[in-house]
Amino acid sequence: MPRIEFWQGNVSLAYGAIAAGCRFFGGYPITPSSEIAEVMSEELPRVNGRFIQMEDEIAGIAATIGGSVAGYKAMTATSGPGFSLKQENLGLAYMAEIPIVVVDVMRGGPSTGLPTSIAQQDVMQARWGTHGDHATIAYAPSSVQECYEVAIKAFNMAERFRQPVLIMSDEVLGHMREKVVVPEAGDLTLIDRKKPACSPDDFMAYKPDPEDNLPPMASFGDGYRWHITGLTHNEWGFPTNCATEIAFKSARLMDKVNVYRDEIVEYETESVEDAEMIVVAYGSVARTALSAVRQARARNIKVGYFRPVTLWPFPDREIEKLSEKAGKLIVPELNFGQMIHEVERAVHGKAGIIQMSLVNGELFQPSEILGKIEEVA
Amino acid sequence: MPRPEVLDWLRKRFFPHMWCPGCGHGIILHAILRALVDSGKKREETVIASGIGCSSRMPGYIDACTIHTTHGRSLAFATGIKLANPELTIVDVMGDGDCTAIGGNHFIHACRRNIGITAVVMNNNIYGMTGGQASPTTPLGAKATTAPYGAIDPPFDICKLAQGAGATYVARATIAQPVICEQYIKNGLANNGFSVVEIISSCHTQFGRKNNRRTPLDNINFFRNNSVPIAKAQGMTPEDLEGKIVTGEFVKRETPEYTRLYLDLISRVGGNKA
Ligand SMILES: Cc1ncc(C[n+]2csc(CCOP(=O)(O)OP(=O)(O)O)c2C)c(N)n1
Ligand code: SF4
Ligand SMILES: [Mg+2]
Repeated sequence: MPRIEFWQGNVSLAYGAIAAGCRFFGGYPITPSSEIAEVMSEELPRVNGRFIQMEDEIAGIAATIGGSVAGYKAMTATSGPGFSLKQENLGLAYMAEIPIVVVDVMRGGPSTGLPTSIAQQDVMQARWGTHGDHATIAYAPSSVQECYEVAIKAFNMAERFRQPVLIMSDEVLGHMREKVVVPEAGDLTLIDRKKPACSPDDFMAYKPDPEDNLPPMASFGDGYRWHITGLTHNEWGFPTNCATEIAFKSARLMDKVNVYRDEIVEYETESVEDAEMIVVAYGSVARTALSAVRQARARNIKVGYFRPVTLWPFPDREIEKLSEKAGKLIVPELNFGQMIHEVERAVHGKAGIIQMSLVNGELFQPSEILGKIEEVA
Repeated sequence: MPRPEVLDWLRKRFFPHMWCPGCGHGIILHAILRALVDSGKKREETVIASGIGCSSRMPGYIDACTIHTTHGRSLAFATGIKLANPELTIVDVMGDGDCTAIGGNHFIHACRRNIGITAVVMNNNIYGMTGGQASPTTPLGAKATTAPYGAIDPPFDICKLAQGAGATYVARATIAQPVICEQYIKNGLANNGFSVVEIISSCHTQFGRKNNRRTPLDNINFFRNNSVPIAKAQGMTPEDLEGKIVTGEFVKRETPEYTRLYLDLISRVGGNKA
């Protein structure tokens, strides 16, 4: 029987991670994400997992990567300033192909900004925050229930593709309480990393299997000996300056998302079939947007709702398709324009794009979005 | 010539190595491998972690579970690995810049936690890899590419730092004493807690060329002529000790090891039955 809980988004996300099999958490407290660490510190030892509060966020993600290398599903959680600090080691996890989940509960910035207020200003940082080319997978939940669900999906994608996966939550969602239907453990689909089948002497940690172009991963301590480095490396994991090897490795990192894009991309729609106009929104803003769209429908305005669940990879082809019929896209965001650039890229000029931007530490009111819908209609 | 059982620990596939001929770090690699072999360690149960620097390139050459991380952060990665699997033997090899500049915070916190890791700090008093810039252990007055008029920043004493922060085994030797280096690393491995073995290494290429120690041998001779064992140092005045390298074992004490405490906590809350 599914269980009913009344949880905060952060708490729900933490329990979702544990249900996904997360048994390692390394972190550093920061508002509005700290409840995730607090739940993990209490629950992980009870399931023979490991929690450690490190000396800063850099160390938090480093320990998390270490936990994953030693065989655990591992997570760290933070917010704005801490997300900035984690970027260098996040890059190591991409390069070294170490599965981890990183949560950013977005607050206002730049700098210390607004520790207790909502924002959506880290969307591009999620994509481009660490230096160098890399393929990003990032989820943006928009309900407390979904915090639980994306935690499971994020671990599944991290383990499947052997790379970091981000969850971009936000302050309102993190601290809001809602009903959560907690599924039975047996009803969940969980993915574990692919293990090598060869003998330890033959193990090449970065040699992809031909059928899926993804390399299996051993753990330190399970009999295999291998080398991990942030330097660009060959299939043995050894640093290389050979152009062919560099090209092969770099392209393979990008292919994880390029090739499997359709398997990863997720989105939600409502009333789009006959829509002449669509509101595109994510995270907490999507809730406001949906309520405005429903009110507008009640007034016979042909407006639809589109919510990217994965911000990265972005559901661009799906939006492009809809924009062929719906001539106008309204894009409300709690920043001066981040995801809107992806929407623009997606529609190739086929639809007009109307920006709504709010940067005052608050969430849009449904009436504001409704007002814009009526104005545009 | 290394013993065959020591040679077994080298990843011959990854050679030739990238160090300058005569770099002091090679002597330390050999000492670490002898200590691991003599301590009965197994390659698949041994982790060698490092940050970034010439010294930090060492793990690539060791046929064990090796992780070359980001500059200064290796102890934080190693902490995660050790906590996840306390059965593993973990040696964290670091440069002086790696350990005491960018990684200083992780270093003192690893000492404070007394987590079962042996840190081997390869102190050549310079940033070797990036071309000879000053490090937090560059001696006062020594020249570096970013201290062209001589360093004015007071240097760290790594062993005192480790002792103050809570490490339970702390020792210093120089590459002029390879057998003592090996012994201290063995003692560090035997300590159930955080061990720091500072090994004074040489970079004739970057430090030596600016400070009248142009050849590898100039450096070995300098270490021979300027090292003072602790017992002797205790009878000397601060003036006499100026410019000297005090060698020996500074700390050997027992306090509970971090992962032991965590496993106890797991038992207390019933997680061992989960
Ligand atoms: C974040 C970051 N900053 C700076 C560097 C450049 N860098 C590489 S190695 C190094 C210093 C290495 O000195 P040390 O740790 O003493 O090692 P050595 O080369 O002397 O053995 C620096 C500053 C880097 N790789 N990463
Ligand atoms: S630059 Fe210095 S530290 Fe680096 S390999 Fe050469 S001698 Fe060794
Ligand atoms: Mg150095």
